[in-house]
Amino acid sequence: MENLIAPLIAAPLLGAAVLLVGGRRLDRGGHWIGVLLSFVSFALGLVLFADLLGKGAGHRTLTQHLFSWIPVAGFQADVTFRLDQLSMTFVLLITGVGSLIHLYSVGYMAHDERRRRFFGYLNLFLAAMLLLVLADNYLLLYVGWEGVGLASFLLIGFWQHKPSAATAAKKAFLVNRVGDMGLSIAIMLMFTTFGGFAFGPLLGTHEEPGLVGGASEGKLTAIALMLLLAACGKSAQVPLQSWLGDAMEGPTPVSALIHAATMVTAGVYLIVRSGAIFNAAPDAQLAVTVVGAVTLLFGAIVGCAKDDIKKALAGSTMSQIGYMVLAAGLGPIGYVFAIMHLVTHGFFKAGLFLGAGSVMHGMNDEVDMRRYGGLRKYMPVTFVTFGLGYLAIIGFPGLSGFFSKDKIIEAAFAKGGTEGWILGGAALLGAAITAFYMTRVMLMTFFGEERWRNAPAPSPAEPSVEPAAEAGGEHAVPHPHESPKVMTIPMIVLAVGSVFGGAFFSIGDRFLNWLEPVTGHDHGDSPLSAGVITGATMVCLVVGVALAWAQYGGKPVPALAPRGSLLTRAARRDLLQDDFNHVVLVRGGEHLTRSLVYLDHSLVDGVVNGTAAGFGGLSGRLRRFQNGFARSYAVSMFGGAALLVAATLLMRAV
Amino acid sequence: MSFPLLTATAALPALGAVATAAVPAAQRTAAKWLALLVSLATLALAVTVLVRFDPDGERYQLTENHAWIEDFGVRYELGVDGIAVALIALTALLIPFIILAGWHDADPLETGSRRWRPTQGFFALILAVEAMVVISFEATDVFLFYIFFEAMLIPMYFLIGGFGDRAHAHGEETAATQRSYAAVKFLLYNLAGGLIMLAAVIGLYVAAGNFSLTEIADARANGTLHMATNTERWLFLGFFFAFAVKAPLWPLHTWLPNAMQEATAPVAVLITAVVDKVGTFAMLRFCLQLFPEASKWATPVVLVLALISIIYGALLAVGQRDIKRLVAYASISHFGFIIMGVFAMTSQGQSGATLYMVNHGISTAALMLVAGFLISRRGSRLIADYGGVQKVAPVLAGTFLIGGLATLSLPGLAPFVSEFLVLVGTFTRYPVIGIIATFGIVLAALYTLVLYQRTMTGPVKPEVSAMPDLRVREVLVVAPLIVLLIFLGVYPKPVTNIIDPAVKQTLSDVHEKDPRPEVEAAK
Repeated sequence: MENLIAPLIAAPLLGAAVLLVGGRRLDRGGHWIGVLLSFVSFALGLVLFADLLGKGAGHRTLTQHLFSWIPVAGFQADVTFRLDQLSMTFVLLITGVGSLIHLYSVGYMAHDERRRRFFGYLNLFLAAMLLLVLADNYLLLYVGWEGVGLASFLLIGFWQHKPSAATAAKKAFLVNRVGDMGLSIAIMLMFTTFGGFAFGPLLGTHEEPGLVGGASEGKLTAIALMLLLAACGKSAQVPLQSWLGDAMEGPTPVSALIHAATMVTAGVYLIVRSGAIFNAAPDAQLAVTVVGAVTLLFGAIVGCAKDDIKKALAGSTMSQIGYMVLAAGLGPIGYVFAIMHLVTHGFFKAGLFLGAGSVMHGMNDEVDMRRYGGLRKYMPVTFVTFGLGYLAIIGFPGLSGFFSKDKIIEAAFAKGGTEGWILGGAALLGAAITAFYMTRVMLMTFFGEERWRNAPAPSPAEPSVEPAAEAGGEHAVPHPHESPKVMTIPMIVLAVGSVFGGAFFSIGDRFLNWLEPVTGHDHGDSPLSAGVITGATMVCLVVGVALAWAQYGGKPVPALAPRGSLLTRAARRDLLQDDFNHVVLVRGGEHLTRSLVYLDHSLVDGVVNGTAAGFGGLSGRLRRFQNGFARSYAVSMFGGAALLVAATLLMRAV
Repeated sequence: MSFPLLTATAALPALGAVATAAVPAAQRTAAKWLALLVSLATLALAVTVLVRFDPDGERYQLTENHAWIEDFGVRYELGVDGIAVALIALTALLIPFIILAGWHDADPLETGSRRWRPTQGFFALILAVEAMVVISFEATDVFLFYIFFEAMLIPMYFLIGGFGDRAHAHGEETAATQRSYAAVKFLLYNLAGGLIMLAAVIGLYVAAGNFSLTEIADARANGTLHMATNTERWLFLGFFFAFAVKAPLWPLHTWLPNAMQEATAPVAVLITAVVDKVGTFAMLRFCLQLFPEASKWATPVVLVLALISIIYGALLAVGQRDIKRLVAYASISHFGFIIMGVFAMTSQGQSGATLYMVNHGISTAALMLVAGFLISRRGSRLIADYGGVQKVAPVLAGTFLIGGLATLSLPGLAPFVSEFLVLVGTFTRYPVIGIIATFGIVLAALYTLVLYQRTMTGPVKPEVSAMPDLRVREVLVVAPLIVLLIFLGVYPKPVTNIIDPAVKQTLSDVHEKDPRPEVEAAK
């Protein structure tokens, strides 16, 4: 059965190769190859899942060794795959949601002349993401890790004739590379400490602790912090979060799949997978929880201030991943819930993004929510599916988010001590802000007056208009309409997952029992009872919704954004992160490289030339070179060298 | 006596060079085809060397040994270890692509220009360089090596000074002056290095009494040849200086950007992907084997200079406006990695460095040759003159991106394997240097992606709107290189298998062992 793991990755990889190398003859129907191979991968995932379910809980690990990748004295990296409960969960999420989004894209990208390439890139992403979660060692994981970064780069910049898209793509790759440095250093540390970096020997199992047990806490803390740096880059966590908002330049299905449901959660995977290392490094764990708590608030605040529907959702993604990272930092109390929230978030956030795409599709690719309003009448399916996703993310009782987020808040309090209160408080506050900004999105889009009827022409300051709008020429009043079935069906499926996923996982602790053999689990002691915490969460939810209602439901939404408070203005600018980066890194870097270019020419070149001239007494002749009489001199110099040789040889002979 | 395979591998391109130069002036196309066929036949010989070489056999194989200048102990002594085999294969592999890419680089200019470009000469010079590089990799006699190490400067000088890009913003006269300046600078730097090395070669003869690498190395290893500490250090410095100029290592690097900028793209590839490799190769073969103690003595300084090269080269690449200069500074950064790997004195570092030489050759060829195709279409090397090329020439843009991704060492492509090995091999012994070098991977992403963004994305500039996509000949150049980059990224084992035993021996020459991991698996 383990021989099916490689085909699982190979199917979408084949699709990418065929679509990207195949050329124009595949322009017409090639995208269906991409869809088909994505579903093939999903089907293989289901077969493997059935196989794992048939085994006992302790024997659900399959490994497939393909070949020896880098065999150098003392250094061994293999291409080996590992399928256990943790990677299986990801495989189903990636291929399941991935297939739905492939299908949706058939409708969404129907009019794009480079559609074939789009599906090639999507397939490439699937293959890289599957490699990331199925790799059996950190170096192979690294290949998938940067592979998804490449796919993300290509897809953010898919409309690369737009300078903003090309810039956003480059920024995403660069910020991620900073994180990748962390992963590189972590692997190097593992190599010097343990002589290897394969999961099995390093991390061990419950019964048999791995090599990690023999290392000093300082080493493990260093490794864990480097892994955290990598996770911050990939999962857009503070301080490497700045690329995610810009990444919304990519086509919306990309935002749904890569920048919401799967790739950005890879950091959480990395931390949970490396649980054995983090468990032995409490200082690093504290850092993880701090990063998670800060980001969950940061993203939520940014999400409140954005008028661009996709950027509001991007803030929300950042914030929800903050929850997952917080949970992962709590150790065995939180691992299972981090992954459970990751999966439910995969359903509802992908659904929300697809809904946003559907709205844009029907609105001439408008993204400014101030030019939406009252759309529920025109797009009933989008409205209902988006609405269910909304209820799921704010944690409405009974829906997915309710179960998974509540567990994280409980676990945060269970951390104990002052830390527990601070982390739990932050998570509660985050729940209130989530309710606020999501209600705001919901109200501005689907309720209220139909502001698009007399919308002003898009201002030049808003370059994020997608090409179909440019092609439309005149800024005609949009005619909102429901999207075709190929788009709405994936939305409906995801909505079903958003509604029932959490309950299905939680009843009888299904998800906990499934993952526990890999991640381990502790029941922490919370200072507050579960009931009190649920009650507090509900209060936060109600307060958030009520505040949003007061501002956006009760009174009309102005078509142009009001000036807003200092915090609002800062939040619109992503809390000034880009301004900071610009001043410190971009400007500083430009000055540095410019001065170096100057110094290289005037100083280094000059000194070396000068020294050479001085040594040889050549300065007078050097002037002649610049007049173009160089060749004769060069030849004479070589002749001189030859003479020297001859003289020496002669001396030896005599 | 068996067939002298190594001599043949070097002699064939040398004879080919003579034959190509002798083709009558009117038969330009015939000369090109002759050169291409000779380079392919040389590749076949190199593959034979590769096949005949037994990685687990003797250290030096396929040896040839003849008396030459007996009075001075100079012998015609050839032999290859795994490192040399890999680099001979790289050289023989790249030359056909260089010839094919430069197919029209030496065509006569359109009527009306007084300048005549000697097509035959261009291709003959390329083959001559190939012959000299190959024999430099094969020579196990120090003097024999020295002769060809220096002699290859002559054809290189004419290739840089005599042939430039077609169109030039400031007219042909200015271009010729700048070319000539670049060629002289190349020659002077390398001659200066060579002269110092010559002194050291003579010094070595005085100390050892012969020029045979194998004999001297053996005598040093078993203690029959003792050198005073200072003698060894001075001799080391003499050799190292010449190799550091050729490699090139900061601060001796400034000739490279000029040379690569002014030469045509295929010649630029010849410089950085082939000729410069002799420098890093010679550090491994001569510095480490002949002067093990001095090599260890110099290690801290060399590592710091290599580290400076990595970061400094990358930062300067970020600041360049000229596409070819950018690639040149990127190469300086990469040579920093190679030298760092050599002097880290670990098996990962040195295997990585050797593999890096091969991979850097292929990836730079891919990037630079596509850049050359781009430049030939627009007649400008300036980044700012391009924009939106991917819209009009998607295949060109796509291959350029892959070349760029290889340059930034994307995992899955060949350079990643070697770069990571160098980093990890350095880190195990010098963690701080290893960590600082890791910043190089961020900077590499910066200069590569900025180059791609400015030239290939954004609105289509009017001047590039009619740009044709890659032609069949150009695809034939790039596609095999890309296939190789992917293949060696996924499956580098065929190359590491050849390199590994040679590296082990080099490491034992300098009496070094890899550091042990702190936590060992309980056996």
